[in-house]
Amino acid sequence: MRRIRKSHSERLFWGAGFALALATVCSAAAYAAGGFTGAGSTWVYPLLAKWSAAYKDQTGIQVNYQSIGSGGGIAQIKAGTVAFGASDMPLKPEDLKAAGLIQFPTAVAGEDLIYNLPGIGPLQIVLNGPVVAGIYLGKITHWNDPAIARLNPGVHLPSTYITVVHRSDGSGTTFTFCNYLSKVSPEWKQKVGANTSVAWPTGVGGKGNEGVASYVQRIVGSIGYVEYAYILENRLSDARMVNADGKIVSPSLKGFQDASANVDWTKAQDFYVILTDHTGPDTWPISGCTWEILRKNASKESNLEVMRFFDWGFEHGQQLAQSISFGPLPPGTVAAIKAYWKKNLGYSL
Amino acid sequence: MSSSNAAARIETGSAPACPAGGGKTWRLSGDILFHTAARIAAFIAVAVLFATVIAITADSWMAIKSFGVWRFLKSSEWNPVTQTFGAFPFIIGTLVSSAIAMALAVPVSFGTAVFIAEIAPSWIRRPVAGAIELLAAIPSIVYGLWGLIVFAPIFAQIEPWISQTLGEIPGIGLLFQGPPMGIGMLAAGIVLAIMILPYISSIMRDVFMAVPSSLRESAYAMGCTTWEVAWKIMLPYTRTAVIGAMFLGLGRALGETMAVTFVIGNSDMISSSLLMPGATIPSVLANEFTEATTRLYLSSLIYLGLILIAVTLVVRFLAVLLIRRLGSREGAST
Repeated sequence: MRRIRKSHSERLFWGAGFALALATVCSAAAYAAGGFTGAGSTWVYPLLAKWSAAYKDQTGIQVNYQSIGSGGGIAQIKAGTVAFGASDMPLKPEDLKAAGLIQFPTAVAGEDLIYNLPGIGPLQIVLNGPVVAGIYLGKITHWNDPAIARLNPGVHLPSTYITVVHRSDGSGTTFTFCNYLSKVSPEWKQKVGANTSVAWPTGVGGKGNEGVASYVQRIVGSIGYVEYAYILENRLSDARMVNADGKIVSPSLKGFQDASANVDWTKAQDFYVILTDHTGPDTWPISGCTWEILRKNASKESNLEVMRFFDWGFEHGQQLAQSISFGPLPPGTVAAIKAYWKKNLGYSL
Repeated sequence: MSSSNAAARIETGSAPACPAGGGKTWRLSGDILFHTAARIAAFIAVAVLFATVIAITADSWMAIKSFGVWRFLKSSEWNPVTQTFGAFPFIIGTLVSSAIAMALAVPVSFGTAVFIAEIAPSWIRRPVAGAIELLAAIPSIVYGLWGLIVFAPIFAQIEPWISQTLGEIPGIGLLFQGPPMGIGMLAAGIVLAIMILPYISSIMRDVFMAVPSSLRESAYAMGCTTWEVAWKIMLPYTRTAVIGAMFLGLGRALGETMAVTFVIGNSDMISSSLLMPGATIPSVLANEFTEATTRLYLSSLIYLGLILIAVTLVVRFLAVLLIRRLGSREGAST
């Protein structure tokens, strides 16, 4: 009896010791291989996952990116527990200054409205900013509303009730969408505004792009907004939009890049520019961007490691970005980012 | 304090036993080891609970200071843009969805438990009981996906019928009106009911089976029907355990996160209709925690978590009260 008990506790002891040793070895191995950690935005995750895999193949440096959400990313970089943070919503220059942070854009992307109208296929419906705002404010409630009919001559619109679908989780997609509506509708700006999640005047909320898409696919007469990459992948029925130049455009990578091409990034303080509703004949109106955040007082080596990774991505990761419908930044913007690093950190690559 | 007392007591107890022989000392020291371990385990469990409550209160302090307690509870504005937060729609959503789940799950659980314990021939008992217990083994995310992909489209076909029949009744008709979306408060309640059913029914079945057969058989001998035996003999006999089972199910329904998030529709507006979308405290936390970019926003979300703990405690308290009252009434009547 005593013997059994002893051997049992002994086994337990050694087991615990072994587990502890294993944990130590594993974490040591992770450090030894060389690498750094970032956290934040879920939107940019597919891009950073592709980039970091290719970067590891070429340099052996492991970039661990945890897509915990922009809020988490900002908190983590402020606390200094990660080498970089990522956010879908840019921080205001005064907030950056107060926290000793800097930020720069990574890539451009876009989103579009999808709908469920039996018999009406992709790109057959044309919408503009004020009409979308009207729908999401709950003022335009039926598909045969004159405001929609005026934009779609020749399309037989049903009298179906419009079910508004939005994101239920906080998201950069929501921020970009609401920022666009704020620019095109004074009423939206005053009543709702823009944030990663807002107080929606109407509608149902789905979790993630897939949540919104599955609601829209199941509810006849519904409308929702999702990322363009998700639309492409799932072949959803999406709308064409009227852009700031008054032209009717379909969503495309070029349209997203045009939105950023017409921005003078060198003039924008801390890259605080949101790419919605920009001018240009082919510009897609609901384009967006994600930002990476660094600490000014982090060690030079740590910041340089992050900068090297993103510089590599800007230069060599363009194909990878395009393969998942992220638009690479134009060369002028990359040059502006490098100048910004030099100016704010005192060192560059 | 109490642990040092206990240690002293054991020490004085062990002092005369020491010279008695090797085997005895070993047994005693093993005993001390076990006592200490059990004490530490109990202490850790309590300490973790208190530490959690303290940590959550500390993290929600900013929101408590900004919005107060009463104002936060009754305000129905949840607006991250203007940074004004109120918990009312989510408290209502949590209570209503759980109430629907209980209203559906409790009678069905009672029925299955009686069926298995009393009616079913013995060869069918095991498979039916096993199948119901399997429901408890399904992860909640799977319930959520099932609810969204399978249940909601079917439910959307049934909803027009509900609003044409139940929705026409004056008064309660208000609860069943609205566009047929397949998702919403009622859908969430139904999915929750399926999720908590195995918890309630398996405990009910166990306690029903434990009712002494002398009691049951004398009732049958008196000419009671199966219903009378179940309702008037078995249920009163097992009342405390049955109420315990119900509150176990309710506790799970109140805290359920993923499945509800998928099917409730996630809207922070309070609607009179059960067919319309709503939100619960756990679903809001699941949805908004990751992108809560300001400190006040995060603090308000944690504050919601604190309220959920409080709601659960109140429900528990009511359960204990109910059991006591029933117990004392029984004492008075017999």
